[in-house]
Order: sequence, then structure tokens, then C-alpha cells
Amino acid sequence: MSFQHKHILGIEQLSSEDIQMILDTGDAFKEVNTRDIKKVPTLRGKTIINAFFEASTRTRLSFEIAGKRLSADTVNISGSTSSVVKGETLEDTAKNIEAMAPDIIVIRHGHSGSAHYLAERVDCSIINAGDGAHEHPSQALLDLMTIREHKGSIEGLEVAIVGDITHSRVVRSNIYALSKMGAKVRLCGPGTMLPIGIERLGNVEVFTDMRDAIQDADVVMMLRIQMERQSNIMLPSLREYARFYGLNPTNVQLAKPDAIVMHPGPINRGVEISSVVADGVQNVILDQVENGVAVRMALLYLVSGVESMQTK
Amino acid sequence: MAKILIKGGRVISPAQKLDDICDILIENGKIAAIGKKLDNKGAEIIEAAGKLVTPGLVDIHVHLRDPGFEYKEDIASGTLAAVTGGFTSVACMPNTNPVNDNQAVTCSILRKAAEEGHCRVFPIASITKGLEGESLTEMGELKELGVFAVSDDGKPVSNPQLMRRAMEYARPFGMTIVSHAEDLDLVGSGVMNDGPISTELGLKGIPWVAEDAATAREVMLAEFTGAHLHVAHVSTRGSIDIVRQAKKRGVNVTCEAAPHHFTLTDEAVRGYNTNAKMNPPLRSAEDREAVRQGIADGTVDAIATDHAPHHIDEKNVEFSIAMNGIVGLETALPLTLKLVEDGLIDLPKAVALMTSSPAEALGLPVGQLEEGGDADVTVIDPDLEWTVEAQKLVSKSKNTPFDGWQMKGAAVCTIVAGKVVFSRS
Amino acid sequence: MAKAETMILDKAGIARAITRIAHEILEYNKGCENLALIGIRTGGDHLASLIQSGINGIEGGEVPLGTVDITMYRDDLAVRGNLPIGKTEIPFPLDGKHVVLVDDVLYTGRTIRSAMDALMDFGRPSTIQLAVLIDRGHRELPIRADYVGRNVPTAREEDVEVVFNEEKTPVEVRLIKP
Repeated sequence: MSFQHKHILGIEQLSSEDIQMILDTGDAFKEVNTRDIKKVPTLRGKTIINAFFEASTRTRLSFEIAGKRLSADTVNISGSTSSVVKGETLEDTAKNIEAMAPDIIVIRHGHSGSAHYLAERVDCSIINAGDGAHEHPSQALLDLMTIREHKGSIEGLEVAIVGDITHSRVVRSNIYALSKMGAKVRLCGPGTMLPIGIERLGNVEVFTDMRDAIQDADVVMMLRIQMERQSNIMLPSLREYARFYGLNPTNVQLAKPDAIVMHPGPINRGVEISSVVADGVQNVILDQVENGVAVRMALLYLVSGVESMQTK
Repeated sequence: MAKILIKGGRVISPAQKLDDICDILIENGKIAAIGKKLDNKGAEIIEAAGKLVTPGLVDIHVHLRDPGFEYKEDIASGTLAAVTGGFTSVACMPNTNPVNDNQAVTCSILRKAAEEGHCRVFPIASITKGLEGESLTEMGELKELGVFAVSDDGKPVSNPQLMRRAMEYARPFGMTIVSHAEDLDLVGSGVMNDGPISTELGLKGIPWVAEDAATAREVMLAEFTGAHLHVAHVSTRGSIDIVRQAKKRGVNVTCEAAPHHFTLTDEAVRGYNTNAKMNPPLRSAEDREAVRQGIADGTVDAIATDHAPHHIDEKNVEFSIAMNGIVGLETALPLTLKLVEDGLIDLPKAVALMTSSPAEALGLPVGQLEEGGDADVTVIDPDLEWTVEAQKLVSKSKNTPFDGWQMKGAAVCTIVAGKVVFSRS
Repeated sequence: MAKAETMILDKAGIARAITRIAHEILEYNKGCENLALIGIRTGGDHLASLIQSGINGIEGGEVPLGTVDITMYRDDLAVRGNLPIGKTEIPFPLDGKHVVLVDDVLYTGRTIRSAMDALMDFGRPSTIQLAVLIDRGHRELPIRADYVGRNVPTAREEDVEVVFNEEKTPVEVRLIKP
């Protein structure tokens, strides 16, 4: 069977076979990143536009490197969501980009649904690099690739995700991805950050006490607390947050001895994760970053194949 | 003025407890006679056999966008949409530009309605000047000009002390307070109903408690002041229940429900459909069921559309920044008749909810068929099947979530003051 | 419609061809010094492994063996879409090596072109030679094999299939007519 998705809008639309194929392809591309000459001609002549309407350093860098290593021409444009609101509409922006004939637009945007919005209005492939609090599929895929690398398989694993569940697109994509691959997701966060009905998105159990959530977990994924986003009616203080929802050398021992510790980055040391744990032997945070390039190469390759066939 | 005889229809006028096959004779803009086998000499005949003949429909909650937002709708286009949907009277909200917070704006709306309108227009003035929630409008003089109700619709009065004073001041003038009951702090930056769907879509939620808490406050203030409170577009189980209990206690409160709230749920937002974005938002299936029960048991006094036209450019954007509201005048009648088909209410009740009952809620002198009274009449074909095509709506704006829906029932002839203003070809 | 199939080589015939190729490689390169074998996935990698055994049996040395997946270097993305990408494993430096690329069937030459591009990205071999089990003709690029198991004249619409068993051993080569 082959991969049929022209767009990657979210994990929700992917089957477990699709995810498997992306991860296998990512594994193959990972080898390219170990070569002296880290470049293959796979997407020579393709143009990829990274349209980032929201601040992001690592995701954009990761997509850019992925595109360049596949010999595609990558161009970055950025702008804040608010300036787009004041000026032209997202549709007009997209149509202008499209007039320059890119093959893929990678979009990061502050509004949930913006990747769907574009996919309905332009002809080229759209890859969602994070839309509001909705989905961040490439992040979940790199997380899965990292988990699979360390645990051999994903099926049957207990994965605890702790932090601001409400505002996290990483959580939603990971719930879909992990559930589809047969893992169980345990969520935990402050009462103000646990949205209604989150358990309906997949194989999810919600915990209010972090210790219960990470007890015997195979994977502990800590989310970044967006300090700039939190008002003082969501959290009384980061000090208290760190105490009840931060990962530290004591509570990390509740997880399985061979558990891995993950974080989508950038980390707030001393808030959601203590430095001892962040630098500890269980952490695989840099593996996640490394796998991010490989998995994004896989996505670019797979959608290009579909896009090229359709254009032809 | 010509004589018109509406012949052989099923005439339903809930205010008169009339439900019979008979004729209606219209002369000089008035209803000359209602009865069997009326003399038709010299009259234009409207064959109504198999049709319903009702008082002209009354929509007490529309946005005509005039003055100020004529690119969305104006009095001419909005009232044409109204008569196409079978309405002969509409009450228009004051969130225009300038805001209808004074006699001059009210007079200009009334004058324009008389000159360009296709049906009766009852302007609703604002409770506070500029909708700013700070100082009261001159409700006494506004009442003298024919303003029956005041409302800060869309920008609810958040200060409870101000709402108390507004009710106390309005009461002696017989002015109804129409409340858009929402606690704006609880709404926050929400853009759809707070629930599993908003969680899934990653959109900020508006919780039901934002409406319930505000409805409870308004009802208590009405109970305290004795003023007549009309709660606009009730959308939650809790609000329905609060109004139901208040009515039992004898509080002077009425309320309305919008067709989209008794027809759709927040599932319609899936796919980031901006035509499913309105305020109050589409709610859960449970809330929808509660609204329907409220309609069935008489808690809900009126079906009102909250007709809210928006330009395509205001909807063809990301969901979070799309404008709130949908057009409703041209789809309200079949959606209400659907309640009859579903067995929720009987036909006279459905007619009452769109005629006498809303008129009574705001004290409007319309909504019934009475010999000697104004001849506002709607002839309805309850079996006419048609498909909604957004682009073919008469309204200037096409923002409907019902595009492509199969509908049953439509106005075939709308008569305002004895004059045929709409006739379906 | 049933397809007509003809057997070109049986298991023993394949084994003889591989042994001969192993001898020819050693003869041409005057031993196995600086020699390396790289099989092209999938098919060529299994044959390369057999040639490696053959060479080891003759010379007693250990010739390094790698595999290359050429999917990333294909020129037909728009025609055949996103074919699955296999792993490339070349666990030794190529600089200064005499590399023998191994494939099962040589046809248009495009696979070999892609494989050579891939090898160039890994280093700078002294020479690249080509060994194939079957050469069926119809070249589209100026490429020829240095070691050939058997030349088989074919028509374009025909297909040549090398059948491997579960132990990855080639057991049969068939010519399939449409």
C-alpha cells in the first residue's frame, strides 16, 4: 500500500499504516543526516515555502534543513498573525504565495484550522507545522519515532503527558498518534488546563495527581508552560506549578526504571522539568530534535510523491 | 386600494383561537371579513386551498445593519428577505453605526423603512448610549416614537447596577428590556461552545455557564424591579430552566429561541465552518434538546431569527477571527414547521410562536387576524419542497449554515397592510 | 490472461554464474585488496552477499559489503510517486576503494546511474565496476556491465524476474511475456 495524502493537516486524518510508513521512511532518511555529504537529490527542483505566521525557531529550522537535505529549494517567510489580520487575508497571502508555484507550503499559524483553511483554497500540498491549539503533526511523528527507537515498538506503552493540555497542539496530535499505534495516553495538568472532553480524542485517561500519572509509565512527556501566555488566573505561580506538575529527580523515579523523558522544547529549566532530569540519562530531548529533521524529510518526500503524481 | 380575497385556506390565528377553512376579505388595507364563502365581487382572488393562512409572521430579533453597515444589509434588502420568508414585521437591533440610541436615529430608520421597506419595521433602541454600558438612553421619548423595547444586543450590559437602573427606569414607560444574556468575562476569547468539539478543534470555548449566569442575573433583576425582561436567543439547558422557573414564580419574563439553536449543534463547526459561528454559539445536543422542550412546554415565547448578515469577506477567514452570526429570515419558517413534523408542537402553536406570541412579548400591535385590523397576512404552502441555495438568498449576505438543505414549507404570498409585497412564482 | 513464462536460469545455473563472476572480479582486480561490494536494494544486495561468500571462499579474505537504496536518487518521482525508501548501509569508507556495484537485472541503466550518484555522496572510490546477474538490453544511458551472469535478449514489454526463496537465495530467473 502506498501513502495517499497530499496534505498533512493533522494526525487525525492518518491511519496507523500511514504513520508506520512515515516512521519507516523517516528511519531511512535519518541515515542521510549521518553522512559527510548530507544531501540527496530526491526533491531536486521542488520549491518549499515555510510560511511561519507565529514565532518559531526550531520547527522552522527543522523543516528548512529537511527540505535542503532533499535538495528542494526552501524559502522562509514570516509574519505575525496580527499583521496578517490587519493587512490582507490569509487566503490572499496564500494565493500570492501560490502564484509563485511552490510545490509545498509548510504553515505555522496561531489560528486553529488555518492549515485546513489553506488546503481548501490552494492547489499545492499543505503541511501543518502547528495551527493554534489544534494539531502539530510533525511533532507527534518525531515523538513516535523517538519512542520507537528507544522502546522498539509503540504498542502497549503507557505514555504520560503533563502540563498545559488546553493550549497544546502537541498533546492533541500525540493523543491521536499514540492511540492509533496502540499506546495508552495519561494526561495530567492543573485544573485550569484540562479541557472538556479531551479523553474522547483517543485512548486517554486523565489524572489530577501527577504522581499517579507517571507511576510505572514507559514514557514521560513534559509540556512547555508558555510563561508569556499564562495569566495569573490560570496559575498562581510557576513556583507552585513546578512543585505539583514539574518533573524532578524524586517523582521521575515513579516511572519505570527504563522510562524515557521527552519534551517538545524549548524547555523551561526549573519549571516543568528540573535541570537534573533535563540533563539526566533518561532524557531523549536531543534525539527528538534529531529525529525531527528525518521525519520532516519523510513528510516532504511522501507528500511530494502524491503531489507530483496528481500534477502529472 | 384593491380588494383581495384569500380563498379556501386553513386560517390559523392563535390570538383569535381561530383554526378553520375559510376566506379572508381585505379592503383598504384592513381585514374586512373572515368567514365562509365571502362575496368576491371585484376582488383579486388568491386561491389558498391546501395552504395555511396566518397572521403576517413577526421576527422580533433581526439586524438590518442600516445605518452604517449597508454593505452587509440595508433596510430595503433586509425587509425584502423578511417578506420572502413570510415575515410582515421585524424588530431591528440597535447595533448600527451610529448606534440607535436616540430619537434621530430611530426616526431615520422609521422614515427609511416607510420609504424603502417592504414590511413593518420596529426599531429597538439601545439600553445605553453608544452600547457602551455607561449611561441610559432616553427611553421615555423613544417609547413615544414607537420604540417598544431596548437592548444592548451583542454587547451585553455587564454592570448589574446599571441593568437594575435600566429596568427600574424602563418599567413605568412600559418599555421591554431585551437582554443578550452573556457574562463577557466568562465568554473570554471563546469562539464556539465549550465542549468536546472545541477541545478537538483547538478552538477557545464559550461555556454554557456564561449564558446561564447572565440569564439568572437578569431574571433576578427583573424579579426585583418588576420590569418586563425578554431574554434573547436562549441556547442552553440552564437558561431555559431558569426562565421556566421564573415564569412559575410569576416573574415578568419572556424569551425567544433561534431556529439554528433548535436545529443545529456544535458539531456543525467541524471543518472550521464559519457559517456555524454565532453568538450565543451552537451548543451541545443536550442543550438543543432542552431548547426544543422549552418550545414544547411554553417556556419559549417566540421564535426569532437573530438574522445577522455578514459580508463574505468577514466569513471567508480563519474561524477565530470570523464575524459572529448567520442570516435567518429566509429559512426560519420551514425550520419551525419541521418542529411540527417532528411532533414537538402542533401547527397552531408553531404559528403562535411566529406571530402573536412574539408580538405580545414586545407589545407590538401586530400578529393577529382580526376584522377591522391591519391586513398583514402570510399564505404558506406547508408542503412546498425546496433546496436552500445560499447564493440565491434575497438578503445581501449569504452566510447561512443551511446551504444545500432540503426544506419543506415556504411563504407563497406575503401581504402587508393589504398589499401583496411578495408572491412566490 | 495467463502470462507465458520461460525459465532462463535455474538454481544451479545461478550458482555457477555467481561463482564465475566472483572469479572474474578477482582476476580483473588482481586479488581483493581495496575491493568492496555494494548491492542495490532489493535483489542486488542478496546477490552481493553471495558474491562476497564466493570471493571469500577463493581468497580467504573478507571483502567489505554494503547496500544502497537508490529511491532517494530516482528521477521518476512524478511517474511512480512515493515508493518506500529502504536503508542504505555502507559501514566503511569508499575513498580509494574499487567498488563493485551488484544488481540483479540490468535494463535501462537508470538504476545504476542513481546508485553511482549515491556512491559519490559517500566518498570517492578509485573505480566503480558493475556486476549483474542478467543483462536484458534496452539501455537508455551509456552504461555497461563489467561482469554479466547471462545476456538475455528481450522485448521491452517482457519482464525478467529473479525469484528469491525465504533465505534470500536466488532460485530461478524467469522471462515473462505479457
